[in-house]
Amino acid sequence: MTGLVLKRPSILPGFGLTLGITIAYLSLVVLIPLAALAANAAGLGWSGFWNAVLTPRVLAAFRVTFGTSLAAGLINAVFGLLVAWVLVRYEFPGHRIVDALVDLPFALPTAVAGIALTALYAGNGWIGGLLEPMGLKVAFTPLGIVVALTFVGLPFVVRTVQPVLQDLEAEQEEAAAVLGAGRLQTFLRVILPAILPALLTGFTLAFARALGEYGSVIFIAGNLPMVSEIVPLLIIIKLEQFDYAGATAIGTLMLMASFALLLAINLLQRWTRARHGG
Amino acid sequence: MAVEASLDTAQDAGRLPARPAPRPPARPATGERPAIRLALTGIALAFLVVFLFLPLVAVFAQALAGGWQTYLEALQEPDAQAAIRLTLLTAAIAVPLNCVFGICAAWCIARFEFTGKSLLTTLIDLPFSVSPVISGMVYVLLFGLHGLLGPWLREHDIQIVFALPGIVLATIFVTFPFVARELIPLMQEQGSEEEEAALVMGASGWQTFLWVTLPKIRWGLLYGVLLCNARAMGEFGAVAVVSGHIRGETTTMPLHVEILYNEYNMVAAFAVASLLALLALVTLTAKALLEWRYADELAATRRH
Repeated sequence: MTGLVLKRPSILPGFGLTLGITIAYLSLVVLIPLAALAANAAGLGWSGFWNAVLTPRVLAAFRVTFGTSLAAGLINAVFGLLVAWVLVRYEFPGHRIVDALVDLPFALPTAVAGIALTALYAGNGWIGGLLEPMGLKVAFTPLGIVVALTFVGLPFVVRTVQPVLQDLEAEQEEAAAVLGAGRLQTFLRVILPAILPALLTGFTLAFARALGEYGSVIFIAGNLPMVSEIVPLLIIIKLEQFDYAGATAIGTLMLMASFALLLAINLLQRWTRARHGG
Repeated sequence: MAVEASLDTAQDAGRLPARPAPRPPARPATGERPAIRLALTGIALAFLVVFLFLPLVAVFAQALAGGWQTYLEALQEPDAQAAIRLTLLTAAIAVPLNCVFGICAAWCIARFEFTGKSLLTTLIDLPFSVSPVISGMVYVLLFGLHGLLGPWLREHDIQIVFALPGIVLATIFVTFPFVARELIPLMQEQGSEEEEAALVMGASGWQTFLWVTLPKIRWGLLYGVLLCNARAMGEFGAVAVVSGHIRGETTTMPLHVEILYNEYNMVAAFAVASLLALLALVTLTAKALLEWRYADELAATRRH
């Protein structure tokens, strides 16, 4: 069997064993369960599928999820770029600690982030207490969802843009300066086009993560149907009501959105690599 | 000698006034003005303080709001202890399994050329693009009471969903790619010449792996294990779907935090949450140390 799939012979042992373990484990843990979801979805039939999805509550949840994810992705694209820029170009005290702290959302469990953000932005919280007198309610509104998704997505943009910014050659910027461009002009017309693929990749990664996010959102969202109810929560509600058909249909749609984004991310990364020859 | 020395001194003395006075280095054409630098740094840091630092501080502030006594009592409560034990047990099963899988996957992908390799690499990364809730749901659809295998499992009295096996499976699913995606690029960069040399000199496959490969990948492996463990202990969405929330039995630490929070038992919720926040801080510190100290022995994307 090894001879059949191996393209180039190798004296190293263990190909059959490791490939066998890898494929068996991957199939048991990931592929077969995902296939079960697909089988369930196929069992619904075309009309059953759309009947489960095209209800006002489900459509509202999709609107809330996509809208807040998009908003959080855009905030992260702007501030993530700024943070990456400051980390790469400027020196300041505590630089290393700040750099390490950027990964906090990767390391902090989402439920912990969720209750911490809620405590901060609630009416009696440190930040909520400042904003609410100004008439800005964050916790238990869609705005709260945006805050949680911004927290979750930030490292994706910073960590995608940072290495590209680091490897940027100074020569083009020098040439722009010699030719009389101001810094802002140089940034907009020389630097930004060079890092655009990476920035778009980071944005898409953050957006994709935000679509599926559950833990950090449900505490701060208020979870009002039609207003601040996200799709992952709706899936859990359907499952708890044993409405497997509904959960399957919504879940399949979400999964298709995720795979479309995965494809987009792969294409963007190919673009980035082509641009930077790495 | 003496004359030369004195000549030198004289010349030096003569030259001194001509030496240009120290001047601040000219601003390079590709830098920003100091005021703009300061403003950009200020905005970036303010953003990070509000979005990252304050939530972290809030966890500990809320946990200790009732004093150390209450904090420690909240952690010693039997349900909290059970949640801590379940979390440790889950990670103790899921992390080593994913570790073995990660090494196997990296060995066959980084060391051999075979048909379908890029498809396999994409499939390994797949769990990262699936919503945690869906990761849990697929097991409910498969093993749940009304799931595909539900009736058969009930006949044989096997419980997977709403029990430890389901929690472990969901955790494995969401932490599946961590070790593999650290090791694959690392082992691809390192190449297999040393392994080939060891084999030619008569080492067995196992000996080669233990004495040649493992020492080369140990820091990358540790890096992957750190991230895998942090996620395994902190996973919420996937586990929430399969756990059934049976208090003291199928609640991991993050789920216990949710239960306490929904009961408005804030101090206890934040006390348990503070343990998870500590885990996150330890993970971040260890990760940063690895990136600084063993940068050469991590995959290129991890070097700073």
